[in-house]
Amino acid sequence: MSEPKALLKIRDINAWFGDKHVLKGPSLDAFENEVLALIGPSGCGKSTFIRTINRLHEEVPGARVSGTIEFDGENIYDPGVDVVNVRKKIGMVFQKPNPFPGMSIFDNVSAGLRLQGIRRRSKLAEIVESSLKKAALWDEVKDQLNKPGVGLSGGQQQRLCLARTLAVDPPVILMDEPTSALDPISTAKIEELIMELKADYTVVIVTHNMQQAARISNKTAFFLLGEVIEHDKTSRLFTNPSDKRTEEYITGRFG
Amino acid sequence: MNQALNGLRSLFTKDNTIRVPRDTHLSDRLFKYALRFNAWLILAMLLAMFLFLLELSWPTLREFGFSFFIKNTWNPPLDEYGALAFIYGTLGTSFIALLLSVPFSLGVALFLTELAPKSIAKIVGFFVEMLAAIPSVIYGLWGIFILAPIMQKTVQPTLIGLLGPETLSGKIIGSLFTALFYPVAFVYSLVAENAASIDAMFDHFKNTFGGPAFGVGMLSAGIILSIMITPTITSITREVFLTIPKGNREAALGLGATRWEAIRISVLKASRPGVIGAVILGLGRALGETMAVTMVIGNRNEIDSSILAPAQSMASVIANEYPEAFDLQLSSLAAVGLALFIISLLINTAARLIVWSMDRR
Amino acid sequence: MNLKAETGRDIRRKIYNKFALGAISVLGALAIMPMILIFVYILIEGIPALSLDFFLENPKPLGESGGGMANAIVGTVILVALSCLIGLPVGLGAGIFMAEYSYTKTSKLLRFTSDILTSVPSIIVGLFAYAVVVKPLKAYSAWAGGFALAVIMIPILARTTEEILKLIPHHIREAGLALGIPRWRVTMRIVFAGSFAGILTGIILSVARIAGETAPLLFTAFGNNFGFRGLGQPTASLPVQIYNYALSPYKEWHDQAWAASFILLVMVFIVNLLTRVVFKDQRGES
Repeated sequence: MSEPKALLKIRDINAWFGDKHVLKGPSLDAFENEVLALIGPSGCGKSTFIRTINRLHEEVPGARVSGTIEFDGENIYDPGVDVVNVRKKIGMVFQKPNPFPGMSIFDNVSAGLRLQGIRRRSKLAEIVESSLKKAALWDEVKDQLNKPGVGLSGGQQQRLCLARTLAVDPPVILMDEPTSALDPISTAKIEELIMELKADYTVVIVTHNMQQAARISNKTAFFLLGEVIEHDKTSRLFTNPSDKRTEEYITGRFG
Repeated sequence: MNQALNGLRSLFTKDNTIRVPRDTHLSDRLFKYALRFNAWLILAMLLAMFLFLLELSWPTLREFGFSFFIKNTWNPPLDEYGALAFIYGTLGTSFIALLLSVPFSLGVALFLTELAPKSIAKIVGFFVEMLAAIPSVIYGLWGIFILAPIMQKTVQPTLIGLLGPETLSGKIIGSLFTALFYPVAFVYSLVAENAASIDAMFDHFKNTFGGPAFGVGMLSAGIILSIMITPTITSITREVFLTIPKGNREAALGLGATRWEAIRISVLKASRPGVIGAVILGLGRALGETMAVTMVIGNRNEIDSSILAPAQSMASVIANEYPEAFDLQLSSLAAVGLALFIISLLINTAARLIVWSMDRR
Repeated sequence: MNLKAETGRDIRRKIYNKFALGAISVLGALAIMPMILIFVYILIEGIPALSLDFFLENPKPLGESGGGMANAIVGTVILVALSCLIGLPVGLGAGIFMAEYSYTKTSKLLRFTSDILTSVPSIIVGLFAYAVVVKPLKAYSAWAGGFALAVIMIPILARTTEEILKLIPHHIREAGLALGIPRWRVTMRIVFAGSFAGILTGIILSVARIAGETAPLLFTAFGNNFGFRGLGQPTASLPVQIYNYALSPYKEWHDQAWAASFILLVMVFIVNLLTRVVFKDQRGES
């Protein structure tokens, strides 16, 4: 087997909200075909961290970032870089399902492509179908593609949002606690999907749920107070952590 | 080790912090500039309004200076102009409107927030808000054909009978106002070398409700205005009342207060700045209201001692005379407009600052 | 302890309470009176005066009976269309800016400016339009009237647009951006298009407002009795014609003024009712 390629090389990321220093220089690599889970107590910076990877952090007024993130060898924070291109390559699924209001299911899934300028109906239809299939939603909605996306159930909405992200076909998919607003059955479905996605994508997932991290990820990074305390194979981190603070967290002694 | 190296490196490299670079995409930047241009147009319009009004009224301001605003004369044939009568008319009608509308509006707002069941509050609220949407020319039409005859036949004769100059109450009113305003008149007489005569003042003020009954006039305009500003004052005070947590009322009730005491203590006291802001906003609307006032105020360019008599407001004189005016009369009317513009700017700024400061708490 | 014991003071407080609450309730009941009074009179006076001629005929010369307000109806439509032409792009653009770049100092300043501009007396807006359009062109015209109405429309529309766009939660915008869609397309195609029902309501509401304006038209669009003669010519409008007819000495013109008021009032009423329904839907949805 060939050496796995580090698709994301994140180095020394610092992030601020106004004067509040929320990320204090964590560095991480994310490899092709892996699921990287980020765990840690609330407020540890893991959500901010994931939002620096597709440059969404800077959407918040007063936010600042420093450091480098290399995607496929190119620093996404270089001055000449167009964030639009970054986000085409690095997709994101959010905590709360957020289908676009007033858009049908079809329009929701095809939104990324359509609004990036792709118009051909046949091509869009093809991609919508394949994306919905990958998100395991096709069978449930194939007869109601023209119905509004906001009419679906919570779990279906989240899979719709996943399909919407997959339609753009980004090599990296970021997920910010994608199941925290869902019921257990929907959660199980999303987890199953994530494990399937590994075959084609790099997934970086923030989760509040350690069991979830243990179930679905290859590697896990433990965040505390804006720093990465430990980053290792999931199996090792959960059974034999090298840092005492990690051990305290995963055994439930704080956080 | 790695961290130490990074720290060392940062000493020698430039700070590569990104401060909200945001729109890196060219079309996004163009979009933002286009929108911002539109937004700035609003500010530009306000400024342009001031400058154009100043330009229109410049001949008058140069000719008469500030005295234009304190002179009680309006004589187009002699080209002599002063705006005092209109300022008096505007202040008088607005004052009457506030006097009638404030207690009513506060009562309605309290009813809507504190007493009425939701379904009734909805209906009543809708009826009151609709008042704000009716075009003012319709108020004017209603005023001329419905209100003015009632005023002439019933209301004004009754008022003249009860409070007119020949009655005891009229004389009491005259004495009270004379006592109230004599000090002002006295100080003014020192400056203007204009003897302040107590007799003249008494004669003036006892005629506050003097006849004859014209139907149209300052009081009629004030009544119409009071209806027109009620929705403004009601809706804002209502919002202010709603910002007060339910718990405050319950706390007062828990201490043994009656329902009215609870309302007075926890609602009225706490929302005083907001209510004042609402009243000032209502005043702003009353000062600038044109059509309804023009149609019922009677359009006489004089200061009459009776509030029943025809008068003229700043807005109504512009509406009446501007289409037919030229030269100095035109610019004098524009100067009246400029004054009205500045007054309404000041009043609305003040009111909004008060209401906003209320919001923030 | 005797829970029923009452001192004189308690009784006074109770009476006072009853009186105050009673007074408030009476005021509440009275609150619907002005609206009903105005509405009833407009119905009584306005409906009988309506006829087909009212909509189809221009005013007859003085002394002849009959005639209608076709000129004013056409004129109002033209003036409103003109003001939309100027006002819609600016008002919507400014509203979008205030909503989407709301964190900027510019936005805060403009929000305040819009509120102030909204409260400028409409007669002043008429003077402004006179100075900007009538004076240079040396003629009363539809252009001048349309401009004046646009000045009134813009801040109102900007503020309602802003409020409506802000109903779309921030994470919807982020979801769009995260797909690699340029911001302007996120704004226009997701946020703006997603709240289109609300925006449309805002537009209709501001149109209803300017359609009833009189003061800014008195010496800008002025009026005429012959029907539309071109955008550079004096143009009639319903509100101004109501004003002129109301002050005329002719009974027949008074009746027509009532009829025109009825039309305006019904329009305003329907629009406001519609707005309530739509806004309720909007709020209920999110």
